[in-house]
Amino acid sequence: MTSGVISNSNPVTNSARSIISRSKKKKKILNQQNQSQNVRDQTQATTQWKSEAQQQVYSSKLLQALRQVRINSDSAAPPKRGGRAVREAADRVLAVTAKGRTRWSRAILTNRLKLKFMKKSNNKRQKVTVTGSSKLQRKPRVSILRLKTKNLPAVQRKARVLGRLVPGCRKEPLPVILEEATDYIAALEMQVRAMSALANLLSGASSSSSSSSSSSSNEAAAPLNQLGSSRPPPPS
Amino acid sequence: MSSRRARQAAGTSRISDDQIIELVSKLQQLLPELRNTRRSNKASASKVLQETCNYIRNLHREVDDLSDRLSQLLSTIDADSPEAAIIRSLIM
Repeated sequence: MTSGVISNSNPVTNSARSIISRSKKKKKILNQQNQSQNVRDQTQATTQWKSEAQQQVYSSKLLQALRQVRINSDSAAPPKRGGRAVREAADRVLAVTAKGRTRWSRAILTNRLKLKFMKKSNNKRQKVTVTGSSKLQRKPRVSILRLKTKNLPAVQRKARVLGRLVPGCRKEPLPVILEEATDYIAALEMQVRAMSALANLLSGASSSSSSSSSSSSNEAAAPLNQLGSSRPPPPS
Repeated sequence: MSSRRARQAAGTSRISDDQIIELVSKLQQLLPELRNTRRSNKASASKVLQETCNYIRNLHREVDDLSDRLSQLLSTIDADSPEAAIIRSLIM
């Protein structure tokens, strides 16, 4: 009776053994469905990164974060390396703009949380750990890497390298790395666009303060429009 | 029946293979180095992965440079200047 029901749903399975394998298969199929769902979601997200609106959202968030950076650097001791604080803020804001839809953005945010926790628990050692961890992320130890991946085919080896470059993808399987890299690249491109627009705006502003002010107001207006309004986007 | 089973078993791996091919070609479209290659001669997966790594490194470097530039610019802007007021109005 039961076997009849099973064979109705899936004619391949008859024995108990194949029932087990079927449930495994089902899991696999479910996983794949989830994955393809993810792919679809991320394609939409990737196109969003290219949209003007998303860049405006990012720019305004970045401006707010940079203001915070300025306040912090004013009050605290001299900034370690000027760009680092800005870089951290820019990446954090990028992850926030991604709304945690992707693995890489969640990874950036959790790293941030870990740092915050360390800051609270040990304030003096915090600086050391920050530089240490980011150095580790940027410069993988090549010798160990080579030893480990000596026998892997070229594609797998390169996939591993790519997995290290995308936050939170160090140990992920290839399809996940590919999806995340696709979204991450689009996000990075947007980040570069937004940051260079902001830099142009600021450099126009600072140079105009030294030169004549009559023509500079028009020059400053153009990148201002590029940045768009700083008002938060309407709730969607 | 056995052929069907074989097809199913192969099908599960083939789907992910197809998926990977699709993902790789999607990734290829994002890469300036490989975007303009004709569709007929597709780049190999290994080449796409290599270029992806290079491109992400480049973007990281760009963001680094821009961060340095921005932090310099922020430090040079006078808090009382009219430009700072513009930026403040942007932030608010």
